[in-house]
Amino acid sequence: MEKKAENRREFIQKSARLSLVLALGGVGGFALTKTTKDEWVWQIDPFKCTQCGRCESDCVLAPSAVKCIHAYDLCGYCDLCGGYFKPDANELSTAGENQLCPTAAIERKFIEEPYFEYIINEDLCIGCAKCVEGCTSFGNGSFHLQIMHNICLNCNECSIARVCPSDAISRVKSNEAYKVKGDFTTNT
Amino acid sequence: MKKTTYIFLAFLFLLTTFTSFSQEQRFPKPEFETGYVQPSPETPEPRTASMELVDVAILLLVISLASYFAIRRRSRTGILGLTLFTLLYFGFYRNGCICSIGAIQNITLAFTDPTYAISISALLFFLIPLIYTLLFGRTFCAGACPLGAIQDLVIIQPISIPRWLRKTLGIIPFIYLGLAVLYAATGTDFIICRYDPFIGIFRMDAEFHMVILGIAFLLMGMFVARPYCRFLCPYGVLLNWMSRFSKWHLSITPSKCIQCKLCTTSCPFDAIDFPIQEKPANSRSNVRKFILYALLIPVWMVAGSFVGMKLHKNLAKAHPDVYLAELLISQPELIHDEDNIDVQTFMASGKPLEALIEEAKAKREDFYMGSIILGAFIGLVIGSTIMNQVVFRRREIYQPNRADCFSCGRCMDYCPVEK
Ligand code: SF4
Ligand code: SF4
Ligand code: SF4
Ligand code: SF4
Repeated sequence: MEKKAENRREFIQKSARLSLVLALGGVGGFALTKTTKDEWVWQIDPFKCTQCGRCESDCVLAPSAVKCIHAYDLCGYCDLCGGYFKPDANELSTAGENQLCPTAAIERKFIEEPYFEYIINEDLCIGCAKCVEGCTSFGNGSFHLQIMHNICLNCNECSIARVCPSDAISRVKSNEAYKVKGDFTTNT
Repeated sequence: MKKTTYIFLAFLFLLTTFTSFSQEQRFPKPEFETGYVQPSPETPEPRTASMELVDVAILLLVISLASYFAIRRRSRTGILGLTLFTLLYFGFYRNGCICSIGAIQNITLAFTDPTYAISISALLFFLIPLIYTLLFGRTFCAGACPLGAIQDLVIIQPISIPRWLRKTLGIIPFIYLGLAVLYAATGTDFIICRYDPFIGIFRMDAEFHMVILGIAFLLMGMFVARPYCRFLCPYGVLLNWMSRFSKWHLSITPSKCIQCKLCTTSCPFDAIDFPIQEKPANSRSNVRKFILYALLIPVWMVAGSFVGMKLHKNLAKAHPDVYLAELLISQPELIHDEDNIDVQTFMASGKPLEALIEEAKAKREDFYMGSIILGAFIGLVIGSTIMNQVVFRRREIYQPNRADCFSCGRCMDYCPVEK
């Protein structure tokens, strides 16, 4: 009697274990058909980004893992840079009150008459997109935001992606982690 | 050349030139005369996929060692060492991401989103602990889970929680699991990651309220041992199922229980089952109760799906499209609200409101089905929890409850029996 009950319990245990193995195998097997070798990372599509400013505030990191990068290929090297100067700047000088960037992260360097080079100091950049907005509205749009993958924690779900009003952030395979604006003639 | 081809080519030419000039460069790139070399933007590479596989290997190693310590070596010290290592490596070094708990959502998304393919490391993080638990009990919880580790190390004065309360609170993880799957499946949100109370501590950087939540959990965890593991963790639900039927499991005594009762207070999680010898006197009425409760399960499920159906609109609100559509319908004057970024962006995108509403409706449909299933599932859980209250199982010895035991190994040191 005792023995019988024991055997029965053993049997139930075994069959339950087997069905769990099968269930796991089923889920695992199906998921296996949908695996990639690559990891996934988060990427901003600069053509969709509307410079809303949430990249600065909504990253789990402070300062944000999103930084402005400069596609020099697109830049007009303008003296009057829409991304560097406030629209109401009183003179085209590097004086702080003229700069759009709240952290003075953009360096303006004279190259040759009348061209200036603009370099972003990523250690200072907080990803606020103010310069991007300026450059996109008044210039060539060579400033744009990207998630910097040496900083980004690659959250399972990017907390900016969730709130981005333009759906500009999505998962991409890690071998094409960046979408840097290219030359307009090749339209990439 | 035929005339039509000609026209076609001309058209094509126009089209291509038009598209490339529509995004025209307002200021042409200058021709430099001073030999200026244009720098190129730096794009530091992400952590390589092979490093993620290193994490998987470390997980395998830790969980294997934990199982070995729990079952063969019977060493609490060994498990404690692993707990510390996990806290430092998976917790503070890897910032608690990716973890097996969150991987539930990646699996779900792989099932429901045809454009998403899951990375092998995420899949392995999901599967390995479940397989190990089916073999050795919840040794993952003992040594390889960073969330478990941080809670395990702060236990100082655990209080015993009455069984009815444990069972009632034990329903929350099922609800959490169901919601997490629903929100992941509808592509709304990864709530497990978003409300992970300890991730702020691991990163040493988070929004204020998340840090407060983490600290609150740790403070509570001093007295209510492992509160997240026991009353919230959605992955715990799966581990619990696996562990019930595990092939091997840690035992308190190395050979035979002599009923000395020394271990009874050793478990901070109330996971030790005490011997029950006699059948309850009124076993006839118990059987009747059991049958009644079993028959009530479908009723619970129907009730659950009804509640789910009623709530689907509220649940769907978490989806940004649904939220925006509802907002614009209920408060159309918001269109002129300069400060509402979402509305302004939507307006600027030029997408017609009807299109948004259509999308939102489709999402709501998804939620309708999902909420009904979720409700039925929760009904099933409640029904079977109640039914299990009257199940009688004869037990002669003090032994860990396989479902609840985290295989932490504390109780083993209390047993006076020699091997
Ligand atoms: S949240 Fe989206 S729209 Fe806003 S700045 Fe970031 S990428 Fe651009
Ligand atoms: S304006 Fe904002 S995004 Fe641009 S460089 Fe400065 S901090 Fe970065
Ligand atoms: S994935 Fe995380 S760390 Fe990276 S940008 Fe998004 S929120 Fe920031
Ligand atoms: S190993 Fe012992 S002390 Fe630890 S959870 Fe299991 S029963 Fe409780």
